[in-house]
Amino acid sequence: MDWINIAVTLIKIVVLTFMVLLPMIAYSVWAERRVAAKIQNRVGPNRTGIPFTKFGLFGLGQPIADGLKFIFKEDLTPAHVRTGYFWLAPALTMVPALMTCAVIPFGSELNIAGYKIPLVIADLNVGPLFIFAIASLSVYGIVLAGWASNSKYPFLGGVRSTSQMISYEISLGLSIVPIIMIFGELNLTEIVKWQDANGWLLFPFWGGGEFWQEALLLIPVVISFVIFTVSMFAETNRLPFDLPECETELVAGYHTEYSSMKFALFFLGEYAAMIIGSGLAVTLFLGGWSLPFGIGSELVDKPLWLGIAHFFSFLIKMIGFILFFIWVRWSLPRFRYDQLMRLGWVFFFEIALANVFLTAFILLYFN
Amino acid sequence: MAIVVKRPKLTFGEKIYLSSIAKGMMITIGHFWRALFGKGTVTMQYPEEKWDENLPEYYRGAPALVTDEQDRERCVACQLCEFICPPRAITITPEEIPSDDQWAKVEKRPQKFEIDMARCIYCGFCQEVCPEQAIFLRKDYAITGVSRDEMVHDKKKLYEIGGVREGLVNKWNKLK
Repeated sequence: MDWINIAVTLIKIVVLTFMVLLPMIAYSVWAERRVAAKIQNRVGPNRTGIPFTKFGLFGLGQPIADGLKFIFKEDLTPAHVRTGYFWLAPALTMVPALMTCAVIPFGSELNIAGYKIPLVIADLNVGPLFIFAIASLSVYGIVLAGWASNSKYPFLGGVRSTSQMISYEISLGLSIVPIIMIFGELNLTEIVKWQDANGWLLFPFWGGGEFWQEALLLIPVVISFVIFTVSMFAETNRLPFDLPECETELVAGYHTEYSSMKFALFFLGEYAAMIIGSGLAVTLFLGGWSLPFGIGSELVDKPLWLGIAHFFSFLIKMIGFILFFIWVRWSLPRFRYDQLMRLGWVFFFEIALANVFLTAFILLYFN
Repeated sequence: MAIVVKRPKLTFGEKIYLSSIAKGMMITIGHFWRALFGKGTVTMQYPEEKWDENLPEYYRGAPALVTDEQDRERCVACQLCEFICPPRAITITPEEIPSDDQWAKVEKRPQKFEIDMARCIYCGFCQEVCPEQAIFLRKDYAITGVSRDEMVHDKKKLYEIGGVREGLVNKWNKLK
């Protein structure tokens, strides 16, 4: 490997994680608050703009102000906690969520002065598996937080969260097996390229492909999509599955004892997981960075403008998915715990398993 | 006799909840849409927009003392308001009106009349209990101060807020 490759990878890491993902996390918090306010006929944070001026900028300065507030707040470590694990836990929820963005293709490739720079940090051949493997590590952060806090509410929240995340990981993993069977591929970049040529998995209305095969395959794809999305909600501990931190019963769940930046890390880790989850959903089901109606898919050498268009196409789809997350959060009530477990183990697990066979039959019939 | 509560029999569509979820989602997005493009939000941007013009007649703001047509204080220092005040915000120091005074018939007047606005709960009991119609709740609501002492309204301040209020109060009527 030559030096240019290393330098380019480093630049990609810095740009994609620190200049795309982290601002997106911060602004998805802002979007959450604004959308929630609109849904409840309120206004939401709309004043924090440029300091000492009257420019509110729709409250776009709010995430920065929130960050500053978190940094300057007192960082309290209660006397009754296991300090080492207590400090480790917030990092363990944030880091896996950020690590998974390494395999998400943010765009096709940027053609800068003859160099083709693929907009993915690590072009692994095991994309979805890598994401599941790393993302499931974040359950350790929650377990440690609940255990190390050494008090009741965090403990209960940690226990609930652990069982919930482990249960839904099964249906999450099984739900994408049919998708991988259709693609015959585990590399996320190749998966998006396939969708660029053959139409998005959920909207296969353009590109090549036999009509009846595509129409029949839409059934398992929609089932997978629903199971994947709902499991993703449960996986990221968001409403309607936010039992680990339900405010009415458990104060704040596993992060009750945390304050200032350590609390913020939990908070941001949750949003990072949500963004990566929507990124994965977009990549697998909605064509990733590819433009709708197969625009530009016939070009082998992609010019710079197409690369930029692909990047923004991905961002827009991802933002749309995040808005869907927020919309659901402010619409649906919370599940009861036994309902949650029943949904995961009795319905989704079986349906996802049957879905694998259904896809296999359809693929076998048309081959 | 015990009554058996009939549970509604849910159809299959209702049992899987999907239609209700869709309905709920449509309601929330409708609110979102109206808030974004129509007259959805009811919030008032407080320091810029104020409610003052639309305050209802029955609005209970800061309590204040009033004077009558002859520019005399109406309060006779009966201390009923002091006794009724639930948070004990009112403190009255009464004094006797000297016998050579024109209004000696009234007998008492407040030497000091203090309302601690940090304690006042704007309940309006003082107004209701006052036999002389001397204390009224005005529509002032932004009562602020940088210290506890500043939050105590003395007699001068109370008359300043209250102003003059006309209307017959029996005890002041000379002919009676």
